[in-house]
Amino acid sequence: MENEPDHSLDVKGESCPMPVVKTKQKIDQLQEGEVLEVVATDKGSMSDIDGWASGTDGVELLEQSKDEEDGETVYRHHVRRTNTK
Amino acid sequence: MTDEDGADPEDLEARVEELEERIAEMEAGTDDDGKSMVIIATKGTLDGAYPPLILASTAAAFDWEVTVFHTFWGLDILHEEKSKNLGMSAVGNPNMGVPNLAAVLPGMDAVTTKMMRKRIDENDVSTVEELLEISLDMGVEFQACQMTIDLMGYDEDDFYDGVTVGVGAATALEKMGDADVQLLV
Repeated sequence: MENEPDHSLDVKGESCPMPVVKTKQKIDQLQEGEVLEVVATDKGSMSDIDGWASGTDGVELLEQSKDEEDGETVYRHHVRRTNTK
Repeated sequence: MTDEDGADPEDLEARVEELEERIAEMEAGTDDDGKSMVIIATKGTLDGAYPPLILASTAAAFDWEVTVFHTFWGLDILHEEKSKNLGMSAVGNPNMGVPNLAAVLPGMDAVTTKMMRKRIDENDVSTVEELLEISLDMGVEFQACQMTIDLMGYDEDDFYDGVTVGVGAATALEKMGDADVQLLV
């Protein structure tokens, strides 16, 4: 993935709604312009992080990827904080 | 110089300016253009506790203002002790695969509850307590209906810290009237 993340959040093994909720909690701590990488194993996180980013001010979804790592499917999401209220 | 209606361009300009000001005022007035949601939670079963808590925490992640008004058995979700021991029954739920005639036998609710807890654990689904804690942490307002607190014989101290007590239907309705999303679950 192109955007080098500034922070990382591991939500592997967690299911709905935790990947989205914990991403929100983490991104609130970021500075404007910083990128967070969220690493999840929840298949639903692909659609959920996308939907959350579309419906929430101050965040932008840059890219998502799906990889096979150590026998499990890992979903990575890069989210940028676009403004701080 | 006047146009066909006899309006002076300067007057029109003044009117445009006035309208622009009014629009700006209106926009400023709705500064908090964030959405809000009110959920009325009435169920206190293990499976019934999840939908309100999942929606509440997720809506909070969208920066929505969220209020969950708990009434009747929904109070048990906010009850510190009872929330850890919510149960469920296969009676009336044909999808569980247990014949109703068997499901009514003594001890069967405990078996059904144990089965569901095992599935929750195996699928890394959060516990009711975890969802409640994270929702409180994210600013969700949990309200416990006073009439049903009294009806059930609960004590106000039985509920989690941060839960609002001493509220009734009018409090819920006032919020619902202004909310973008209202749900009864």
